[in-house]
Amino acid sequence: MSTHLGMPLMYYQVGSFAVGNRLVDPDLRSEQARPDRAASLTKGHRACRGCGEALGARYVLDTAMRATGGRMVTVNATGCLEVFSTPFPETSWRVAWLHSLFGNAPAVASGAAAGLRALGTDVRVVAQGGDGGTVDIGLGCLSGMFERDDDVLYVCYDNGGYMNTGVQRSGATPPAARTTTTQPVGHSYGHAFGQGKDAPRIALAHEIPYVATATVADLRDLEAKVERAMSLRGARYLHVLVPCPLGWGTAPHETVRIARLATESGFFPVFEGERGRVTTVRRIRHRVPVEEYLRPQGRYAHLFTPHRREDVLGRLQQIADANVERYGLAAPAAAISTAGGGPDGHGEVP
Amino acid sequence: MLRQREGSAAVALAVARCRPQVVCAYPISPQTHIVEEVSRLVAAGELTCEFLTMDSETSAMSGVIGASAVGVRSWTATASQGLLHMSEAVHNAAGLGLPIVMTVANRAIGAPINIWNDHSDSMSQRDAGWVHLHAASNQEAVDLHLQAFRLAESLSVPVMVCMDGFVLTHATEPVDVPEQGVVDAFLPPFVPRQRLDPEAPVSIGAMVGPEAFTEVRYLGDRQLRRALEEVPRVADELARHLGRHSAGLVQPYRTDDADVVLVGLGSVMGTVRDVVDTERDAGRRAGALTVTTYRPFPAAAVAGAVPPGARVLVIERSLAPGSSGPVTADVREALVGRDAALHTVVAGLGGRPVTSRALAELLARERSGLLDGTTFLDLRSDVVAHEVGRPA
Ligand SMILES: Cc1ncc(C[n+]2csc(CCOP(=O)(O)OP(=O)(O)O)c2C)c(N)n1
Ligand code: SF4
Ligand SMILES: [Mg+2]
Repeated sequence: MSTHLGMPLMYYQVGSFAVGNRLVDPDLRSEQARPDRAASLTKGHRACRGCGEALGARYVLDTAMRATGGRMVTVNATGCLEVFSTPFPETSWRVAWLHSLFGNAPAVASGAAAGLRALGTDVRVVAQGGDGGTVDIGLGCLSGMFERDDDVLYVCYDNGGYMNTGVQRSGATPPAARTTTTQPVGHSYGHAFGQGKDAPRIALAHEIPYVATATVADLRDLEAKVERAMSLRGARYLHVLVPCPLGWGTAPHETVRIARLATESGFFPVFEGERGRVTTVRRIRHRVPVEEYLRPQGRYAHLFTPHRREDVLGRLQQIADANVERYGLAAPAAAISTAGGGPDGHGEVP
Repeated sequence: MLRQREGSAAVALAVARCRPQVVCAYPISPQTHIVEEVSRLVAAGELTCEFLTMDSETSAMSGVIGASAVGVRSWTATASQGLLHMSEAVHNAAGLGLPIVMTVANRAIGAPINIWNDHSDSMSQRDAGWVHLHAASNQEAVDLHLQAFRLAESLSVPVMVCMDGFVLTHATEPVDVPEQGVVDAFLPPFVPRQRLDPEAPVSIGAMVGPEAFTEVRYLGDRQLRRALEEVPRVADELARHLGRHSAGLVQPYRTDDADVVLVGLGSVMGTVRDVVDTERDAGRRAGALTVTTYRPFPAAAVAGAVPPGARVLVIERSLAPGSSGPVTADVREALVGRDAALHTVVAGLGGRPVTSRALAELLARERSGLLDGTTFLDLRSDVVAHEVGRPA
């Protein structure tokens, strides 16, 4: 791959596909680098500083708007994203946007897609919700949307808890995390091990056209996945890890770095799948111990003070190791260049 | 043209002739025959629409919410536990002002689980902000569905057509389902007031705080009440298209000079009318008042139909535990200031037949001044006494 100036592109020297990177061919730049981007989620919203969900939603929807030529509508579950974006009489949405309930966004989206089909239009549907709205209260109708293969892209913004209601534990809360309903009091180390739902794999098991995970650490990857998703028809699922400074006890300016550590540690596997099979994985460039991901987060502080919980840290590392094993995340040396696994570290799964 | 039809099949055909563009279905007795028949009509090519089999009633209602929001005519049907399951979305549909039409095949609510007819299900959604229409016969069920789509779409409010489970849904009787041409002339294509549209993007379903919530509710209530003018208009118009009567707000029967009026909803009113006839034959001035539109409550029409001084017996097909019955409260409010007696008669819970014999006995007791404020018709006092008498 080369730039429009004809120079070979060294992504890791120029800072990859950063928004302002003028060395990169315009078509390869982020949607956010375009002055005519949709700005689907625009200014005025009330998200916390450094909110990963706000960041993720902006990239997802602007890319989907580009992919559909602006011919799409959105359905939003109750949660932070909905509450911070629409304090009546204001709205931060510049896309057609509908909020109905907490647990029904996939079903509303199914109905909307059916309605649009009945109208004979080319308008597409993107539905979005938090992890609670997706993996817990909305899982039944999400599964229904999958098995009917309705033409909906459903995006889950996973911040590992019910943030809008005050950081309670959800079915996506990781083990050992402190939430307001999994408090590390006495000998407890926060959320239990062995619980929770692996929504991307559940989605994959439905053998729908497309399933992918992503994080706000690699926004170009996120955009590419939205593009890919919108190029397909039928039920598609995108699971995006979005750090939440308030719920995670992280500094607002650390959101992207924390998300990167989640992937670089193997704790959050980034992959794509089609029709039930994992097709590509995002290999880890610089593997770090899971501790590096946990340490900056207040929700894991009890694992380090007053005593270091070696036992718990060990079990969390095992989870990361298992992910690396399951998805083949360990990068072969050759992949850390423009050759091998591809410029952005993607590797095909054999 | 009158034809022998099962109530469910008649309603399914009527719905199909209203040309819904999206149907979301989830099965529950006694609604099943209706959605089965609609699905058959779709498969047979007699109805062109998107037919979605959902994973629950909440999803069924949510699906029609999504469809209605993008601007297409949408319909679903349920009953009993299904209606309760979707309750959150039922309220949501009204709050969003979406003109959805839903058939409710009225059935009791458990526990104890019971599949037979009473009105507990739709009454539980009384305050959700929907128009409630109650059919007293299968002909009315058919006609009310036609009216329901007109009403819903002219007012931008959702409409529930209630028909008694089994008693109507599974009863075969002569029913006229208006021909397609007649329905098309009466019901124009749906033109949404507002919809999700990329050409004119709006945010629907925003969060509203204390500063405007009361006003939103006030305006919603005002809009719902407009049905009190719209229902008679729409009913008259349908009657003109059909060349026969079509039910509207209330239907008085021999009430003009009545000194006792039985008020109620749904199919039981057929039996009540028979009893009124028998009473009249015996020289007693009984009358019946069928409330067809239950929400918004047509208080003025009720007050106008009950002669001053007439005693009133409200036949309740559901119970408001710890109070009496929901209809009683409405009728009492409609007749406020009158000193004539008003009784509640809880009748036909969980499918127990309401017989003309029992109603005649009831009227006899009422005449003798033996009726309590609230009476349970045909209550098996032996069973009750046995249970009450058991050591705790
Ligand atoms: C039926 C229902 N139950 C509970 C709630 C309360 N509630 C609103 S948002 C929310 C948490 C949302 O969590 P999640 O989906 O993860 O989104 P986040 O706020 O974390 O982005 C909860 C529990 C509700 N609105 N509706
Ligand atoms: S609580 Fe978390 S998810 Fe919600 S707005 Fe704040 S940072 Fe974003
Ligand atoms: Mg969350």
